[in-house]
Amino acid sequence: MKTNDVILQTATKVVFFIIFLFSIHIFFVGHYAPGGGFVGGLLTTGAIVLLLLAFDLKTIQQILPFNFTIVTAIGLVLALSTAGASIFFNVPFFTHAYDDFNLPLFGKTSLHTAMFFDSGVYLVVVGSAITIIQSIGGDD
Amino acid sequence: MNMINLLLFPIIIPFFFAMILMFFKEQVVIQRVLTLIGLALSLVASCWLVATVKTEGIQTVTLGSWPAPFGISMVSDMFSALLVTTTILITFFVVLYSFSSIGIERERFFYYPAILFMITGINGAFTTGDIFNMFVFFEVLLIASYLLIVLGGEKRQLRESIKYILVNVISSAIFVIAVAYLYSVVGTLNMADISVKIAEINQPGIISVIAILFLIVFGIKGAIFPLYFWLPGSYAAPPIPVLALFGALLTKVGVYAITRTYTLFFVHDIGFTHQFLLVLSILTIIAGCIGALAYFDLKQIIIYNIIIAVGVILFGVAQMNTAGLEGAVYYLIHDMLIKGALFVLIGIIIYVTGTSNLREMGGLIKTHGTLGWTYLIAAFGLAGIPPLSGFIGKVLIAKGAFEADHAFSSVIVLASSLIVLLSVIRIFIYAFWGPQQHVLPARDQRVYRQMMLPAVMLVLITAAYGVGAEWLMPYMKDAADVLADPSIYINAVLKE
Repeated sequence: MKTNDVILQTATKVVFFIIFLFSIHIFFVGHYAPGGGFVGGLLTTGAIVLLLLAFDLKTIQQILPFNFTIVTAIGLVLALSTAGASIFFNVPFFTHAYDDFNLPLFGKTSLHTAMFFDSGVYLVVVGSAITIIQSIGGDD
Repeated sequence: MNMINLLLFPIIIPFFFAMILMFFKEQVVIQRVLTLIGLALSLVASCWLVATVKTEGIQTVTLGSWPAPFGISMVSDMFSALLVTTTILITFFVVLYSFSSIGIERERFFYYPAILFMITGINGAFTTGDIFNMFVFFEVLLIASYLLIVLGGEKRQLRESIKYILVNVISSAIFVIAVAYLYSVVGTLNMADISVKIAEINQPGIISVIAILFLIVFGIKGAIFPLYFWLPGSYAAPPIPVLALFGALLTKVGVYAITRTYTLFFVHDIGFTHQFLLVLSILTIIAGCIGALAYFDLKQIIIYNIIIAVGVILFGVAQMNTAGLEGAVYYLIHDMLIKGALFVLIGIIIYVTGTSNLREMGGLIKTHGTLGWTYLIAAFGLAGIPPLSGFIGKVLIAKGAFEADHAFSSVIVLASSLIVLLSVIRIFIYAFWGPQQHVLPARDQRVYRQMMLPAVMLVLITAAYGVGAEWLMPYMKDAADVLADPSIYINAVLKE
């Protein structure tokens, strides 16, 4: 008998976006409130895992056609190049830069290169967690 | 240009190339070329670093432009600069050896990135000036080594990797606990600052307890006497190039960490801590000697020789005088080079004969002359026959021991040289002399020559290291001076 999980799938379609937005929120508030790249990455992973539970592995690989090993590698490159950019300015490794900018939509905003490092962490967390889940789950 | 980040290059370059390699999982040729380029660049950077440390003194940088005890300090004194250079040199030749021996299946599954990540961790552990950062770099090298030990998925590898991971997870947990204790007593993680704070409170009992806790942690990583039980089984499981890297580098990181903490932190109650280290190092040597004589298996004989060498180096450190420390530094680098060379050589013997059992070999000198004589030079170098590299380190260690009135134990150290010689010459006699016991399996001569190239070059480097001792001695002296006098290190880090 084929199980019918229409309620689960419909709920997932809504809840996925709520979790995903929350993870982005957690990622961006990291500098001033609890949160940051690691938790944000894990929450995004959680959202994708919910998709995996409601649908099957193949569908998810079609929706998100990334090679998550490469995502991890991109995250590492991003993190290292943020830290390593300081080499070219001849200041100690990992020295960050920050300033206030007048952005068209947000007004006066303080931007910090630590954000790029955090995006690297975010990508590494998402990439490695999904790689683990896919390789365990996909092993028939 | 004034390069303040120079000391980080031997860490960053392998790290950078490791992640670039992750983009080329299937293209083995690109992986090989990029790995060699990465290691060559790191080698240039580390040689440059040694020259800079020689002319300008200890190099330090505190990450993120924070003042010294608050940020993570990276410190490159001569000791760590030399170890970093040796690490990259050995890895370069082992990678060359891997091309012909590791097999395409492993190369396609992140073999080279794992090696480069491991080098990142090892160089970081050698260079860091922050005790918790040292823990992080230990984990970087350990996690990469978990991949290397299990890569290939043979039954034996799976069994031994479980043991290896279990032991290392436990020792890492003890490391965290030890750092927590130390932090709750001194309230700082910067190694120079810890040294200052311990000197201020003059090492009460709790600090001696933490010293022993650190000895347990690094003793598990570096395989000292009662804690070496995991090493013989685990190291025999992975293929030879991985074994060569592990044998030459991994235990030495533990030895480095013991040396660093026992010369920088715990120097106020030498009667207790260093006597303890001395006794353990003697027991380590004895245990290693028993193992080295007991086996007829090529890998096990050399693996037990690692344990003997760990004991000898720590015996030198336990003397806490300039001669002993200088000897320990010299012997440490000698041992990294010679173990790399010996593992590569026995790898070739195993490749040629198709077995690692000594009893099934014989008569190789007639068919593989170069291999035989190269092996003999490496064996003499290991035992410490005068013009070769093992000699001066051991002489200095013995000199230090006699100066510190440890005459009896230094006789044991010297006697262990005879057993080392006996154990490696036994390989030579069984494998190369006598009649050919059975027909050798047919082997590709081109692959054999490709394998011999890095082996011969490593042995030549160890020979040059012994013959050129006079020229290298100023470097060793600089390294030992920093170890003998912590204030040099402290002043370099906390200069403001």
